[in-house]
Amino acid sequence: MALLTVENISKSFSSTEVLKDISFSLEKGEVLAIIGSSGSGKTTLLRCLNFLERPDKGRITVGDELLLDAEDGREYTEAVTRKKRLHFGLVFQSFNLFPQYTVLQNIVLAPELLAKEELKAGHEYKGCTTFAQAQKAIHEEALGLLDRVGLSAKVNSYPCQLSGGQQQRVAIARALALSPDILCFDEPTSALDPELTGEVLKVIKGLKSEDSTMIIVTHEIAFARDVADKIIFMSDGIIAEEGTPEQVINNPQNPRTQEFLSRFNEN
Amino acid sequence: MTFQQVTLELLKGFGQNCVIFVVTLAAALPLGLVIAFGSMSKFKPLRWLVRTFVWIIRGSPLMLQLFIVLYVPGLVFGTPFRQRIVAALIAFIINYAAYFSEIYRGGIESISKGQYEAGQVLGMTRTQIFFKVVLLQVVKRIIPPIGNEVITLVKDTSLAHVIAVPEILMMSANFTAKGLVWPLFYTGVFFLAFSGLLTILLSFVEKKFDYYKG
Repeated sequence: MALLTVENISKSFSSTEVLKDISFSLEKGEVLAIIGSSGSGKTTLLRCLNFLERPDKGRITVGDELLLDAEDGREYTEAVTRKKRLHFGLVFQSFNLFPQYTVLQNIVLAPELLAKEELKAGHEYKGCTTFAQAQKAIHEEALGLLDRVGLSAKVNSYPCQLSGGQQQRVAIARALALSPDILCFDEPTSALDPELTGEVLKVIKGLKSEDSTMIIVTHEIAFARDVADKIIFMSDGIIAEEGTPEQVINNPQNPRTQEFLSRFNEN
Repeated sequence: MTFQQVTLELLKGFGQNCVIFVVTLAAALPLGLVIAFGSMSKFKPLRWLVRTFVWIIRGSPLMLQLFIVLYVPGLVFGTPFRQRIVAALIAFIINYAAYFSEIYRGGIESISKGQYEAGQVLGMTRTQIFFKVVLLQVVKRIIPPIGNEVITLVKDTSLAHVIAVPEILMMSANFTAKGLVWPLFYTGVFFLAFSGLLTILLSFVEKKFDYYKG
């Protein structure tokens, strides 16, 4: 069974239709890359999945849990939305680290708040029954994540002391700390110069081998081909073409995909 | 009148200025935040009400506001203030809260949407995002403009003499009336010393936030 099923998502901003009837599904452990020109709706799609935008139509299902049926007209309370949202993680184009906190604090902030609430409500948090235990576990996990993104030496640095690439790697660790089912990347390297792009792409590639499900919106075509199991090419709010990297990038059928890719090949 | 006697008299007056200063800050800083939330409310009538209020307060002289607060209760309800300093405090608190509210609003609105969204996708509640993510960044940004207002307040406290609160300027005016002019100039020393102290304090607080940018 598919881990993520997206059915017939549509979204308009005033009179502009940004997403038109988008459907796709994703298996556990799969990596989906979404490519396409600016304004084709890629980012909006990710924002809908992360409950930052509410689609006008469509359904989002994770596992066997229907997270959103846009047309049922229900307004979810903040608590419910948060729970649904935690199925997804999102890494932003502009990192959005919290500047007043150290690298480690950036990562442990949200898990600690969550643990506090869970324990207060009388639930366990990842097998811990006291906050001290949970905190210890959260810190250990955060240090492990920092090791994975290669930033063990920067635990106590502040974001302003890091390069863009390092900041983005912290942001990836921060998203992973909540163990989302599906980790989304919104053009994770678009704000970085080419030198720093490589280190971030390497980290993302490293995650793949560890069997996590990911959706990556990117302009790095070569990277998409290397890392993705599945590629979606979006154009004007629709999925113009989808398939394996082999099909979509090496052998595109849709003239719009061909045109888009030829522009990349020229460079 | 010896120098010492004048100094003692002026210090007594300056005590009133200090009371106005401390009480105004203690009340107007939190009240300003409440007003700021009102002026950013999604509920339009409330937003316009609060913004009109801020316009009236910022758009009219503090001296006039002092008179209004002093006289209106007596004229309308027949219960004049027994202690004039209470009227002064009310006028100062309302006036400064209005200014602070605009500084807060500017600070809060200057925080990028990305910070809120980062908090949201990490499963934080709105309250958590405000207190754990946004607030400290706002504080850092508003220290310089708040510092400006604080220094202005030190000097504004002397306006209380228009409703006969016996603050330092009124004391020295009493000396002048008796033909002793120099105490009037001497009052400047008190204000300079106090604002100098505050300047040092403010730059210390500002330095405390130097450890990060953004």
